[in-house]
Amino acid sequence: MGGSGSRLSKDLLAEYQDLTFLTKQEILLSMYVVSAPHLVDEQQARSGNEHTGTPIAERANRSPLSARAHKRFCELLPQEQQSVEASLRAQVSFEQILSLPELKANPFKERICRVFSTSPTRDSLSFEDFLDLLSVFSDTATPDIKSHYAFRIFDFDDDGTLNREDLSQLVNCLTGESEDTRLSASEMKQLVDNILEESDIDRDGTINLSEFQHVISRSPDFASSFKIVL
Amino acid sequence: MSESSASALPPGRPSRQPAVHSENLSLDSSCFFSPPVNFLQELPSYQSIARRRTGVLSQDKQSGTLLKSTNSYSSQLKDRIAANLSSQSIREYALNISEKRRLRDIQETQMKYLSEWDQWKRYSSKSWKRFLEKAREMTTHLELWREDIRSIEGKFGTGIQSYFSFLRFLVLLNLIIFLIIFMLVLLPVLLTKYKITNSSFVLIPFKDTDIQCTFYPVSSSGLVYFYSYIIDLLSGTGFLEETSLFYGHYSIDGMKFQNFTYDLPLAYLLSTIAYLVLSLLWIVKRSVEGFKINLIRSEEHFQSYCNKIFAGWDFCITNRSMADLKHSSLRYELRADLEEERIRQKIAERTSEETIRIYSLRLFLNCIVLAVLGACFYAIYVATVFSQEHMKKEIDKMVFGENLLILYLPSIVITLANFITPIIFAKIIHYEDYSPGFEIRLTILRCVFMRLATICVLVFTLGSKITSCDDDTCDLCGYNQKLYPCWETQVGQEMYKLMIFDFIIILAVTLFVDFPRKLLVTYCSSWKLIQCWGQQEFAIPDNVLGIVYGQTICWIGAFFSPLLPAIATLKFIIIFYVKEWSLLYTCRPSPRQFRASNSNFFFLLVLLIGLCLAIIPLTISMSGIPSSKACGPFTNFNTTWEVIPKTVSTFPSSLQSFIHGVTSEAFAVPFFMIICLIMFYFIALAGAHKRVVIQLREQLSLVRKHSPRGSWWQAFTQDTARKVVFSREGVEFLQPSLATTSSKLCLQAQPRPASFIH
Repeated sequence: MGGSGSRLSKDLLAEYQDLTFLTKQEILLSMYVVSAPHLVDEQQARSGNEHTGTPIAERANRSPLSARAHKRFCELLPQEQQSVEASLRAQVSFEQILSLPELKANPFKERICRVFSTSPTRDSLSFEDFLDLLSVFSDTATPDIKSHYAFRIFDFDDDGTLNREDLSQLVNCLTGESEDTRLSASEMKQLVDNILEESDIDRDGTINLSEFQHVISRSPDFASSFKIVL
Repeated sequence: MSESSASALPPGRPSRQPAVHSENLSLDSSCFFSPPVNFLQELPSYQSIARRRTGVLSQDKQSGTLLKSTNSYSSQLKDRIAANLSSQSIREYALNISEKRRLRDIQETQMKYLSEWDQWKRYSSKSWKRFLEKAREMTTHLELWREDIRSIEGKFGTGIQSYFSFLRFLVLLNLIIFLIIFMLVLLPVLLTKYKITNSSFVLIPFKDTDIQCTFYPVSSSGLVYFYSYIIDLLSGTGFLEETSLFYGHYSIDGMKFQNFTYDLPLAYLLSTIAYLVLSLLWIVKRSVEGFKINLIRSEEHFQSYCNKIFAGWDFCITNRSMADLKHSSLRYELRADLEEERIRQKIAERTSEETIRIYSLRLFLNCIVLAVLGACFYAIYVATVFSQEHMKKEIDKMVFGENLLILYLPSIVITLANFITPIIFAKIIHYEDYSPGFEIRLTILRCVFMRLATICVLVFTLGSKITSCDDDTCDLCGYNQKLYPCWETQVGQEMYKLMIFDFIIILAVTLFVDFPRKLLVTYCSSWKLIQCWGQQEFAIPDNVLGIVYGQTICWIGAFFSPLLPAIATLKFIIIFYVKEWSLLYTCRPSPRQFRASNSNFFFLLVLLIGLCLAIIPLTISMSGIPSSKACGPFTNFNTTWEVIPKTVSTFPSSLQSFIHGVTSEAFAVPFFMIICLIMFYFIALAGAHKRVVIQLREQLSLVRKHSPRGSWWQAFTQDTARKVVFSREGVEFLQPSLATTSSKLCLQAQPRPASFIH
């Protein structure tokens, strides 16, 4: 897996395995993501290819290149070049995370980054935030965790409930990003009415976390669709 | 909602998000898995550790005595969380990594105050979990085609991926079936034949039957043309007929090993029963989950919108163009659903005149459908009869192409029928004026029935030909021994031909139709016609029907041709790669996308129908038609099934009378009645639970409407909403808690039972 993989100490790896749902291989692969944004830029500049970025697994296999990229990433941090710990604490800006192929095509990418960011200004992700993200979206995460975070991602105004505006924005994200792909106003109203009728148990016009988790627990497609594969 | 949490927790605690949100979460989510950070810092254990680094604080697990409780509700919350800190795995908390680290540190310091036994218990459970995870990780590497299917999932979504998972399942099923047959039938024969073990064949004792029944003419070997080898390979006649591929090869009564005699007829029959039972159990096990989901879904469209909106986006899509396709298909689906709702409302408002008109039109059109089906079945019957009659005539003297045509005539007619009828059905259903979703389902159902029934018609035609003789010669041996001296082998040959032809057609369509079409579209896209026609769509229902058809042939044919499952395994492996290649390079995905959950249930349902349709001809041929006296292991028995009563009669008498008792009517009828009673009980229980759920929901909305907007009531309604989930499993938990105060609520809250679906 190249030089940078072995720099992550065994204790740290074991700790991350305890705290997240990721396997050892996935944690090592995600190290490359933290360093790989530079790799992606370099590749795209060379090939001029806008649309496809290679997925993480393929990139990780080209070890010499990734080791160079990680070294370059460490070079950005002047004093803490040597320690792996510091590179783990480095913050990666949203633009770089959003350019990953796993997230690039996702209409919820900004919400995902905002939900998982723990920095005070909420505009960058550290390596551990990124691990959190991958852990929640992994195969083995429990449905409760997934529905909890799905609720926070869908809550566009961050007020703890999904009201009509949140739901309309959600539907617009699903149907497309341009103006002509939106549903008409009457169709949107019919749709939001149906959703609220199905999931709003206490009839207050909003969906709170319990109702959301109740609905999700009976949704057969949720577990298979709410995952990101490394 | 914000006032509720503010009163519960002391103000001024730092939190990592706007205060309102996190504190809401602390009370909204269940007691068990999202403790907020600021609450943790209030735990006495944490505080005392922070104050005194060393310190032997004696506290019990509950840690409730040292709490400075602000109000009774939150203290109970802390009680519950403290108690559960030990049992919950860290990673199931919805916190970020640094907070989970803190929580784990607290847990570990708590652990120091436990007894040795508890510590050891927790340590061993942790290492056991780690071991299980490692084992699970390793087994996933053994999964066949894991990378291929994952990349298909990423590029095309979960609907198409479920088709490939289904194909993989069939490969494994066929492999296991072949292993069963190999173990029970082939292995002893091979061991004895090649003298690996010191055993010998026990030949069938000569019985006093008419010499005419045992006359089995071997195919003439004279001047053999080269192409006859090809014909033999494609149709199973000639040199293939006597190999272990077919039933006729196993004309042995048993194998005599040192200590015992291996009874081959019994083993042969048991292997057939074993693979049928195994297939049934495996399919039912896989479809149980999907069935539960569909049962819920069919209850007044309970979930369709929420499922499509909240679980609609496939987060594993990485491809930009795939994402655009997903957007458009979601749009299409949502619009179709809303449209369907409007149509359903319109239907409900139909006048009685219109209803009568519609129903009479539907009756007429269904008669047309039945007529079409009848015509196809008759065509297959005629083709089979023609093919069988002309096969017996001077086949060597015929021209090569004509030869093959006659041999393959039934297969060709079946394929043509399966090609034309879906088009006819699709046209007819437009006039029947159903809602769009129902239209699709009915068309698919009709096509499924058509496809699978054709095989049955073929087998029944063969059966009728075998047992019908002119001028009463059937009395001699029970079947038409002049034309069919070894009829099982000949049925096996028909199945073999069907399988080979099916395989050839799939390859030919992919190579000679899809591939040129794609080339045309790429290079001659200026032509209007080509633009209209477009690339081939990867239509999932048609593809699934194709492989279920192949599997049904395999099930029927495995009795008559023991090596057929091995051929089926190879065929499906090749089809996997061919379809994958075709999907990647020649097809475009269809705009109407299948949902994974829907698909799994649909595929397995169709497979189950195929299995049931395969069991019928097998049972009839095993117990109704006398086994051929010229070949095979059952020459000494009247029918194949007779082996079982004969074996039972060799058991000790107590066991015999027990078996006779179990299989008699005196046992079967009461057994059947008890099963019916149990089924009615469960149906009634399900209905009762449904009514309770409706009542509780109404109760909730009433409570919310008539209550003051205070913290206690908010928490109460959230928690009760949570418990609506439990009502399916334990209704009795709910009634008492609705009547008690909040302080009792958390203590009564039961650990969340396993979710109904997952």
